Amino acid sequence: MEDKGTLWLPENASTYAGDVDALFYFIYWVSVVLFILVIGAMVYFAYKYRRRSEADRPQPIKESKLVEASWVVVPTILVAIVFTWGFQVFIKMGVAPPNAYEITVRASKWNWLFEYPNGARSNELHVPVSRPIKLKMSSIDVLHSFFVPAFRTKQDVVPNRYTYVWFEATRQDTFQVMCTEYCGQQHSTMLSQVVVQSQGDFNTWLAENLIDESATPAERGELLYNQQGCFACHSLDGTTGSGPTFQGLSGSQRAFTDGTTATADANYLREAIINPAAQVVQGFAPVMPGQYGTTLTAEEIDALVAYIQEQ
Amino acid sequence: MSAATHSDLSQRPAIHYLNHEKGLWSWLTTVDHKRIGIMYAIVVALFFLVGGIFATLVRVELSAPGETIMGQDSYNQAFTLHAVIMVFLVIIPAVPGILGNFVLPIQIGAKDVAFPRLNLASWYIFMAGAVLAICGWLVVGKVDTGWTFYTPYSSEASDAVLWMTSAVFVAGFASIFTGINFVVTVHKMRAPGMTWNRLPLFVWAIYATAIVQVLATPVIGITMVLLFLEKFMQIGIFDPALGGDPVLFQHFFWFYSHPAVYIMILPAMGIISDLMGTFSRQQVQGYTFIALSSVAIAFLGFLVWGHHMFVAGQSAISSIIFSMLTFLIGIPTGIKVFNWVGTMYKGSVWLQTPMLYALMFLFLFTIGGFTGIMVGVLATDVHLHDTYFVVAHFHYVMMGGALIALIGGMHYWWPKITGKMYNETLGRIAALLVFVGFNLTFFTQFILGSRGMPRRYHDYELLLEQFPEFAPLHFASSIGSWILAAGLFLILFYGIHSLLRGKPASQNPWGAVTLEWTHTTTPPDPHNFHHTPLVTRGPYDFHLADDVFGPFHTGDGAGDGVGEVTEAPKPEEA
Ligand code: HEC
Ligand SMILES: [Cu+2]
Ligand SMILES: [Cu+2]
Repeated sequence: MEDKGTLWLPENASTYAGDVDALFYFIYWVSVVLFILVIGAMVYFAYKYRRRSEADRPQPIKESKLVEASWVVVPTILVAIVFTWGFQVFIKMGVAPPNAYEITVRASKWNWLFEYPNGARSNELHVPVSRPIKLKMSSIDVLHSFFVPAFRTKQDVVPNRYTYVWFEATRQDTFQVMCTEYCGQQHSTMLSQVVVQSQGDFNTWLAENLIDESATPAERGELLYNQQGCFACHSLDGTTGSGPTFQGLSGSQRAFTDGTTATADANYLREAIINPAAQVVQGFAPVMPGQYGTTLTAEEIDALVAYIQEQ
Repeated sequence: MSAATHSDLSQRPAIHYLNHEKGLWSWLTTVDHKRIGIMYAIVVALFFLVGGIFATLVRVELSAPGETIMGQDSYNQAFTLHAVIMVFLVIIPAVPGILGNFVLPIQIGAKDVAFPRLNLASWYIFMAGAVLAICGWLVVGKVDTGWTFYTPYSSEASDAVLWMTSAVFVAGFASIFTGINFVVTVHKMRAPGMTWNRLPLFVWAIYATAIVQVLATPVIGITMVLLFLEKFMQIGIFDPALGGDPVLFQHFFWFYSHPAVYIMILPAMGIISDLMGTFSRQQVQGYTFIALSSVAIAFLGFLVWGHHMFVAGQSAISSIIFSMLTFLIGIPTGIKVFNWVGTMYKGSVWLQTPMLYALMFLFLFTIGGFTGIMVGVLATDVHLHDTYFVVAHFHYVMMGGALIALIGGMHYWWPKITGKMYNETLGRIAALLVFVGFNLTFFTQFILGSRGMPRRYHDYELLLEQFPEFAPLHFASSIGSWILAAGLFLILFYGIHSLLRGKPASQNPWGAVTLEWTHTTTPPDPHNFHHTPLVTRGPYDFHLADDVFGPFHTGDGAGDGVGEVTEAPKPEEA
């Protein structure tokens, strides 16, 4: 990436990013000029009218109507300009072109999952270059926010409701996706990438990422474990994260905060995924998202159970 | 204002409000507004120290990529506690609680506030809130929601969050009672001749603030009650799992918290007006405008909460309206800055420590204001929202504005409150450290933010591949925070030194013409005045000062003619 942006702003790579930047720098330069005038006057007065004797008794000055009027009029005009300009660009950023290609985004603690119209899924967002893309976003747990600095766009992702964002990438490259709404422990690692490709490369990628019908349930479970972000809380190597490790989980004896115990058989695992708050494993907080029962199909849950049983 | 009482007022009194009763009990049961002000000062200073320690921990963690001194969980708690303490236990109560209590009644020529007992009750309620918060954190468990307590994260987080929210609920009542007290005091207790257009601008500012406290604080109380109802009765209000609407919580929260921004900044503006007038020895320009616009802002401040939610999922129409209203409020604030600078014009500017803070306020607050425009404009806010740009913006306003003004005000009224002077040289050195440290800490954060660094991130190592500049910027910001901390500790040091060893202060060391300087002894009498003052002139009529002080003969500000001069007046180079 050779384009590193300007001092104040990172590289820009969407069709409306240029508009945002122009407005940013307009406000910036107007502010710099006004700031120098105000603070310059302050420093100059502090020097020019410095106290020369304790007996100084300056006479009150008559306030000039003209000066005062200019204090009101000039800021009002400037503010009217930036408001209107900001409003126009905002509308442009808010209204997706009707032919936009729609991708579904599911945010969860602490994972981004992108679903394409043909059924393909990924944790990195792949999009074709120079084509308007519309993201239809929802969260399965708490608030998150989808932010791509290079595109100058951001939108909160909310449970129980769709929010939308659109953009058109202007060049092929990889850009950072961040979560900008605080969402708990691993908020700062809830990152992803947008991979902007040519339409041809994108089509190939889409075809390759279609669900492989011949895969065994456990293989599909592995894919889901990664895509759905179970890895954010459950390790495979025995280390304890926000949640218990999957290593050796199957068949082990589980103790819960309410004092009961159970053996981790397939039924238990299934229930633990669908309804995690029902029995909370001792030593852990009830932070596992509660919506997997509705966002995953029965087949997918079976696949996850099969995968966990292999660990 | 009669000249007859000057000579006896300038004598240091044998009995004054600090020594007429002794012992801890006399403090804990006092209804004297001056003593209550000092009690606020002590606890607020303690909370400021604790909040500051959390801030320093946060900056140490961020000084280098990767885990530096603490893990994610501790970090999330550190920034939450820093913010909760600084907002609810420091900035909101600070100026009204300390200086409002001490100064306001004297400035209007009253013996006390309208309801002295209620005033003491406010302090105890505030302390009860603080105790709840401390219990929640130390005893019950972790609080890592951020000071905004956004649902649904906060509803599923630990019970300690409920302790924190009940702390906010309880402390809110202290704020409401203080507000009621000041509104009634200003209406009913003014001395003869103290007409509305002779009120010092500090009084106007506290009055406007009091209106916001009374009207806005109940909303945060209601919000916290709704959180309780949801948690214990499973009524779906904010939690989507129960059919509630999480964005509704943000509306409630900001409906209080935006006006709360004015609870924090209006009193600061009042201090600055008084400082600019006194140290320029000139009438504060645009007196009527400053006074009335504060009150107008107090009301308009209720109509702009949605500017915190441009990307939260509210409708585009609401965002547009909120953005427009925000600018309506912004303009008068800008005009105030022009007025303050204009106050120095053809004045006699005396660059003592309080004035250095007033000028620092103008510098920092102006930056805070311009960047406020940047985040108030819809299209640029989309990019800047929830990044370090916003973090830097509100630190320029809340710390560079509210707290710097408070520090300036504390220096200004310190001689009156304690009867002692502080070391002026150390005062200037500390002001310089604070200024340099503050800008290094927070200016770098503007650049971090506009380049994309999100707020509330424990770490940025994974971002360095695409944003290598984050590392040096964070490092510089952390260095700044240490310089800032050094400056603040220096103030603490010479403050204590002044209490123990400071030179006695004269009645009116700055040559101010408001009643707390001209009509009380230093330190003031337990009942403030020997005779109720009769006010015959405005709060900034410095050209009439000789009539007030009598003929001018000794050093600066010691216009009373007898008091010891603590700082030889000398012309300052800018
Ligand atoms: C935000 C962190 C988080 C995510 C993401 C998460 N879990 Fe969990 N999970 C937990 C926690 C914490 C527990 C233990 C507390 C409990 O039982 O609710 C848990 C418990 C479990 C258990 C029972 C484990 C035991 O030791 O008995 C299973 C099975 C499980 N999760 C499966 C999954 C699957 C499958 C996914 C991905 C679709 C997933 N989890 C995603 C946090 C998470
Ligand atoms: Cu997040
Ligand atoms: Cu606001």
